[in-house]
Amino acid sequence: MPVSLLQDSSLLAVNVGASSTRAVLFDVVEGQYRFIASGQARSTAEAPFKDVTLGVNQAIMHLQKVTGKLFLDQDNQLITPMQADGSGVDAFAATLSAGPAMRAIVVGLLSDVSIESAHRLAETAYLQVVETFSLNDARQADEQLDAILRARPDVIILTGGTDGGASRSIQKILEAIGLACYLMPEEKRPPVLFAGNQSLTDTIKKSLQKLTPSLHFSPNIRPSLDTEDLAPASRELAQVFANTRKRHMPGVDELSAWTGGHLLPTAYAEGRIIRYLSQMSGTSQGVLGVDIGTTAATVAAGFNGKLTLGVYPQFGLGDNLPGLLQYTHLDDILRWLHLDIAPSVVRDYLYQRSLYPGTIPATKEDHAIAHAISRQALHLAMQQARRNFPPEARSLRKGLLPLFEPILAGGGALSDAPTPGQSLLLLLDALQPVGITSIILDQNNLLPLLGAAAESNYLLPVQVLESGAFMSLGTVVSVISSAAYGTPVLQARLTYEDGSAAQAEVKFGGLEILPLGMGQTARLTLQPLNRSDIGNGPGRKNTVRVAGGTMGVVIDARGRPLVLHEDPVRRRELFKKWFWSVGG
Amino acid sequence: MLAPVYHVLPLTTIERERTLPVAGEVTAKLNQKVAPTDVIAEATWAREHVLIDVARALDVSANAADRLLRVKEGDKVSDGTEIAISKGIISRTIRAPRNGRVVVAGGGQILMETGETSISLKAGLPGTVAQVIPSRGAVIRTVGALIQGTWGNGRIATGMMLNLTEKPDDVLSASRLDVSLRGSIIIAGLLGEADTLRAAAELPVRGLILSSISPALLPAAQQMRFPIIAIDGYGHFPMNSAAYKLLTSNAEREATINAEVFNRYTGARPEIIIPLPFSQEPPLPNDVEPLEPGQTVRLRRMPHPGTIGTLTRLHPGLVTLPSGLRAPAGEVKLENDEQILVPLVNLEIVG
Repeated sequence: MPVSLLQDSSLLAVNVGASSTRAVLFDVVEGQYRFIASGQARSTAEAPFKDVTLGVNQAIMHLQKVTGKLFLDQDNQLITPMQADGSGVDAFAATLSAGPAMRAIVVGLLSDVSIESAHRLAETAYLQVVETFSLNDARQADEQLDAILRARPDVIILTGGTDGGASRSIQKILEAIGLACYLMPEEKRPPVLFAGNQSLTDTIKKSLQKLTPSLHFSPNIRPSLDTEDLAPASRELAQVFANTRKRHMPGVDELSAWTGGHLLPTAYAEGRIIRYLSQMSGTSQGVLGVDIGTTAATVAAGFNGKLTLGVYPQFGLGDNLPGLLQYTHLDDILRWLHLDIAPSVVRDYLYQRSLYPGTIPATKEDHAIAHAISRQALHLAMQQARRNFPPEARSLRKGLLPLFEPILAGGGALSDAPTPGQSLLLLLDALQPVGITSIILDQNNLLPLLGAAAESNYLLPVQVLESGAFMSLGTVVSVISSAAYGTPVLQARLTYEDGSAAQAEVKFGGLEILPLGMGQTARLTLQPLNRSDIGNGPGRKNTVRVAGGTMGVVIDARGRPLVLHEDPVRRRELFKKWFWSVGG
Repeated sequence: MLAPVYHVLPLTTIERERTLPVAGEVTAKLNQKVAPTDVIAEATWAREHVLIDVARALDVSANAADRLLRVKEGDKVSDGTEIAISKGIISRTIRAPRNGRVVVAGGGQILMETGETSISLKAGLPGTVAQVIPSRGAVIRTVGALIQGTWGNGRIATGMMLNLTEKPDDVLSASRLDVSLRGSIIIAGLLGEADTLRAAAELPVRGLILSSISPALLPAAQQMRFPIIAIDGYGHFPMNSAAYKLLTSNAEREATINAEVFNRYTGARPEIIIPLPFSQEPPLPNDVEPLEPGQTVRLRRMPHPGTIGTLTRLHPGLVTLPSGLRAPAGEVKLENDEQILVPLVNLEIVG
């Protein structure tokens, strides 16, 4: 990358979500890249607009209004590079998550080897696996062919075989795929991604090249039985996603052209930043990024530079909301409500919201339901993602979340919450972090945009991440204890820079806050009581330096896992109490 | 701010694209007048395929097998038709296992499609063919009243509309359905229970127009062979007043009820079309308009989903809502004179 591109250059980045489109300006201030401002507009991928560029233009126009700068010319074309009069930008980046999940067929050999890896690969993009073929598939070739046609795939992921290993079984299913593609109308043929035994590359080309709109190759996701490497295939899958959206979603081709062909799926771009942060962290703890939005719930966990990315359209807060009840019971959503709302109202809500995902809660009741659903959806996404965490991810106890530092959270449900405390409580309930961790709110949803910017400018994300563009909610201490409700489980003393101190004795079931403002640091001494554990072992004292945030230091002594009270009246009372503890 | 337009129009020009899911033959001609049930395009598709490995069965190479084939691509074959015969003193014959058509012949294999099903695409509304889409379908144009809905069970019918309600939140029960309603499209308000659907099916009725539908009744409603539309969505709330007035004032007229499944991306949605006479063709309605004070709007979400009101004021900048969220918002005066603050993204313009 030439140095000239890294200096004094502005970047406009746009994220097109299912509900809203955000335009964000980054520029150089005093020699450092900074987040300057953002503009927002309704997304226009869906009818009656049916053109994503309408929403993009409106978001950029909003940004123009906020900054007083001009980025679009009279024909709504991007002014680039920046002009002498200050109009325009030097670079443009974009991410996209809008649109229904792509229907995917997954092909592999062994169900506990390549098929498992292929499913994990599919989880790195906005896909819904609708059909799977493996070596154990007892169906005849013509039955497989009909299954492919019935599945109406948007993409086919072909895996299987270690490099130089078995190839005959894959060839068999290739025949069914080729025939199915041949029988499909040309405009409905799916792209194919091959990420299996590399010795089959020529065979795949020969069999499918003329029968698919695009054939993609990546290194084998299972080069050997005990090795999995999803990263290159995930990158290729991101390309397949962008290409498919360009083919089927009006306006995406123009948006992609503005990026110079570097349009990225939002989740992929976010994953890239999480991986980078975990590489830089230099600790045994992972870095966690979560996003709960209309299209999907996304969990990106980085452990020493290795990324586990899970994109779960089934837990998104849009089209798929009625389907959420296939994964969870209505009672599991109701348990998160702090207001007394009838189950039928919540059920109706799930369906009605799926009609209009871009709408927002106008009343307290509406908002309570929305946050209860978000809690459960994010909780489910986290449980699903945890299954793919590497074995080296350090966890205090089986079944609990591994240790993360920090946790970064974004997405409409979190960034649009009325108060930071409500965002924090939602995260604590849904994720149930353990040990001591700082929680950072990406209130401008910058993370994916930084990931997209990194495509052409590696310095910008680094400097913006260090610039305080994110809202630190504070440091959370989570207590693991088997004490009875109301039993003291932790003594905490926070010693400020000026020598003054705040202290608290926290009882099991409580949520306490010690004030520590944004930008401040302090020394936190923790003495677990009654064999409670804060990450160093039962009863073991710990002193750490902590950073402040909007909420300060939060001690969550509600237990891990968080077990809610059986009695709904008592449970709602407790919720209200916790709610007020974090500022209402 | 641009907002989508929800159509409840007493007289408008309506254009609808009707297309086959697969390529086929379009039978409609440009400017042809069509009734809702007229077939405008037809296609056939195979439900199943049969792959016959001739080379393997005859134990010869693929090339040799190709030379032994007695059928070619496109041939229709019956159960037992000879499709390949081997040479030699004792020749072996490969026969078609069932009726079908050869779609691929080569490489030592035959691929047949079987279980052919034909699809007839109906016009869906009375009108004139405004455009023929080759191999796919046509655009039908008509003039009349248009009422859009939000949920449909995917069926279409035409018939006389009868009103069984006295007010928008009336609940239809099975006991209200008698033989005099046979063959009618019923304006029904709310649906009490699944028994009502079964009673409607037994008559049978030609269609059912509901205000809203409980998610619990969706599986039963989807099974019904007559079209069902919910005007305002899911739950148990009354029909919006604009749709209710227009529907009930057109009771006892012929209407087409197209209970198309709602699709946010394509814009497909259920609707009721009531053909009406006209002296001059009215313009096509806009699908998007900027929000302005004075417009009639419909609320999309709690606390009054489906309710109609008048947008009285657009607030500048962001406003704190009762939920605590901050968003662009406007004041809406409801029909009961209650004034509420609504985020603009929760509004659609009625027109």
